[in-house]
Amino acid sequence: MNKPIRTMSIACMALFIALLVNATYLQYLQADELNSRNDNKRVRDAEFSRERGAILVHDISVAESVPVDDEFEYQRVYRSPLKYAHLTGYYSYTYGRNAVELTQNDILSGSDPRLFVNRVVDLFGNSQPEGGDVSLTIDPKAQSAAYDGLRDLGDNVEGSVVALDPSTGAILAMVSSPTYDPNKLSSHKLNAIQEAWERQQGDPARPMLNRGIQEVYPPGSTFKLVTAAAALSSGQYNPGSTVPGGTRLDLPQTDTDLVNDSGGDCGGDKISLTEALAVSCNVSFGYLGMELGADTLREQAEKFGFGERYFEDLNGQVASRFPEAPDEPQTALSAIGQFDVASTPLQMAMVTAGIANGGSVMKPYLVDEVRSPDLDVLDKASPEAFREAVSSSVASDLTQMMIEVVERGTATTAQIPGMKVAGKTGTAQSSPDRPPYAWFVSFAPADDPQVAVAVLVEDAGVARDAISGSGLAAPIAKRVMEAVMSR
Amino acid sequence: MNAVNPLMSFVHRRRRGAELFLLVLSLFVGVGAYAAVGLGVEGTIPADIVGYGGWLTVLCVICHIVVRIFAPYADPVLLPIVAALNGIGLAIIHRIDLANLANNEDANTYARDQLLWMTLGVILFIAVLVIIRDHRRLQAFTYISGFAAVFLLILPLLPFLGTTINGARIWINIGPFSFQPGEVAKVCLVIFFAGYLVLHRDALALAGRRFAGIDFPRGRDLGPILAMWLVSLGVLVFQRDLGSSLLFFGLFLVMLYVATERPGWLVVGSALFIAGSYVGFLLFSHVQSRVDSWIAPFPSDAGSYQIVQGMFGMAWGGLVGRGLGLGDPTLIPFSYSDFIVAAIGEELGLTGVMAIIVLYGLIVERGLRTALVCRDAFGKLVATGLAVVFALQVFVVIGGVTKLIPLTGLTTPFMSYGGSSLVANWAIIALLLRISDHARRPLPEMPGSNDDDDATQVVMLR
Repeated sequence: MNKPIRTMSIACMALFIALLVNATYLQYLQADELNSRNDNKRVRDAEFSRERGAILVHDISVAESVPVDDEFEYQRVYRSPLKYAHLTGYYSYTYGRNAVELTQNDILSGSDPRLFVNRVVDLFGNSQPEGGDVSLTIDPKAQSAAYDGLRDLGDNVEGSVVALDPSTGAILAMVSSPTYDPNKLSSHKLNAIQEAWERQQGDPARPMLNRGIQEVYPPGSTFKLVTAAAALSSGQYNPGSTVPGGTRLDLPQTDTDLVNDSGGDCGGDKISLTEALAVSCNVSFGYLGMELGADTLREQAEKFGFGERYFEDLNGQVASRFPEAPDEPQTALSAIGQFDVASTPLQMAMVTAGIANGGSVMKPYLVDEVRSPDLDVLDKASPEAFREAVSSSVASDLTQMMIEVVERGTATTAQIPGMKVAGKTGTAQSSPDRPPYAWFVSFAPADDPQVAVAVLVEDAGVARDAISGSGLAAPIAKRVMEAVMSR
Repeated sequence: MNAVNPLMSFVHRRRRGAELFLLVLSLFVGVGAYAAVGLGVEGTIPADIVGYGGWLTVLCVICHIVVRIFAPYADPVLLPIVAALNGIGLAIIHRIDLANLANNEDANTYARDQLLWMTLGVILFIAVLVIIRDHRRLQAFTYISGFAAVFLLILPLLPFLGTTINGARIWINIGPFSFQPGEVAKVCLVIFFAGYLVLHRDALALAGRRFAGIDFPRGRDLGPILAMWLVSLGVLVFQRDLGSSLLFFGLFLVMLYVATERPGWLVVGSALFIAGSYVGFLLFSHVQSRVDSWIAPFPSDAGSYQIVQGMFGMAWGGLVGRGLGLGDPTLIPFSYSDFIVAAIGEELGLTGVMAIIVLYGLIVERGLRTALVCRDAFGKLVATGLAVVFALQVFVVIGGVTKLIPLTGLTTPFMSYGGSSLVANWAIIALLLRISDHARRPLPEMPGSNDDDDATQVVMLR
């Protein structure tokens, strides 16, 4: 009977080896994959009870973890929650993370490879791993100016402000309204979180949407900058070239004509390109659009960043778009930022910044520095050229034209005493049953640009005829520019 | 069976000192784990460490003394391994108790009950060693054991006794206690199979018809054992106890193979097993749901929640674990019983799990070694049966928890909370010790046994 017993010994040994191998697979090889799953409560709990790094704006924290006496030990606290909500995002037990809390989670939670040495030290020192800090490019004064500017139009105003440093692409301000309080989503009271979340989700004004990057709007007349850039770059036009003006442009293949805002005249049947931009003449730019063709316009728009997602520091960027194959009248409408052209406020800020920066569009970024828990700088953002949108001579022509817009055109409300400001207004119709979008894009000082701004007011709850880029949006842009210049 | 040549058999040493030394190590592990739990959870060594440690030490020392007196030649490794496993199990259960108490002051605690059950197990262990002085006596109880096994298995189905817990009707209530008779039935079945096969193995192996290349035994030889086996298997299927069905099937197959020395049984048995599993899969929804959660545990749903939590726990433990008291084993349902290995994986890591698996492997190895050196067929079969049933149980439960095979409910021997399992396993160890004592004991000096001496040979001259 000993032979079968020996056989059984080997069989039993095989069973135990299978158990050992399988345990190794589960706890060693598969462990990382299991530990990174979202539904893994352990990992989430551990991350929650860890001291998470702070999010800083000019060395002042806008999000930090403070010790509390509950099961998670640390509570995420947002200073100025409403103003920075769309930048910091939330850090919720139930609903995960958003914005910088999401994109910089590895650093903030301390699991980033750049913090490896710290982790090893923590392991031997038997202390809880700590997260590193993330410092943003935001200028707090500009952010406040943008936030207050929007909120002054009313608490329920829907709109967004994005300000960039044209020479680097650093985001100086990004505000979206209405906003929300991330503290309410990051509390440790799970019922309260759920309630707050459901209230935000159910709000038709979508307060959690970052209108600066996560939604596209018809850019209206601000898109004429792109059309003008295409015209100047084609070599067939210069700022002094005459283009058709007047009150209406006959659109081929249709019975309708393209008219100017409020049906006005552009100041003559033949006007210069500079004049056309200064008075925001739909007739002239509709004509230019048809002359240049949809492909030329699209190429120019794409050089500024249309059709792409290039912003990595916040999640959920939507690509701006120029229509695929518009016919001639649609091209004319597209050339003035109507029809199916749609842009995020960030994208229009980039068009403006590109012109301000001599034609070179910089890649936008929000994260300036990441630091270890000991405040050593682990990584500092270096400005990166995104694309050469126009030549420097075209850029300087456009700048001159935009200065005219502010000095004597549609955007006199954006004038800053003692400083040259370059800008462009926009008032975009989308459908008859909703108010038009008021836009303003600008940069200053025009001779040495420090800041480029795009302001969008989607719905300010004011009468339809009171909505205009110069009336609603330009004063906000002015405040933001002044805030940046005052530093 | 091979005749033992006296020339070849060396005399085993008693090795009781080695046992005592290993036992002290085991106590360090068990009591140390208890202290570590206190340090991990509360930051201090628990106040009752002296009482607890003392109690555990007394139990182990008593076991050792009883073995010294009543089974002096018994295998020296088995008892220390069991003491270590039981000690770690108690510490883990205590740790989960503390976590449950932290969440809810009125939570059920299990460690104290488990220590009482361990005491009962030790009493039974002593009783088996003291009462059964020769395991061959058990052969007389072959059929009684068989009927006892069937009776025990049927008990939970009786309407006034049985209770259904977590979908399986395998418990009976006696007063405040619930008891799983299947655990005891396991031992009875081993004795029955061994006793029957010893008598009938020649007939089973030799007499019969050849069909399709395999020798099939006669119905009258196979009938009783087949009937007994079918009854027990049927009862288990009826009770929805998949784990035990698997265990008993494997046990039966292996003992048949060892007794008849015909590998054909393994082939036939495996074929039957595959066919049976497939039919079971088609017929029973609870089998299907187990297989589904095994193949696709993610996203975790009601069926796979437990296994997924177990996997998360073990992955969280990684190589060296979170440390006793520093994990979250209460997230795993039943981490104090069936899923105790997942709790160990979380807090003691892969290292701890491997140590536990190796300890179980050693128990099986010592059991099979006992079977090899045992001199009588009955003892060989009982030892093989007990070792194999142990190996299968560990494989089914740990394999299920670590998602090597579909999960079927079985207790982790000596570690899971559960009185019946603990008591039955202590009895199994006592039986193994009894057989190994007999096997390792030097042969009694018999007149004429030293017949290698030619000079003293008695020659009949007539």
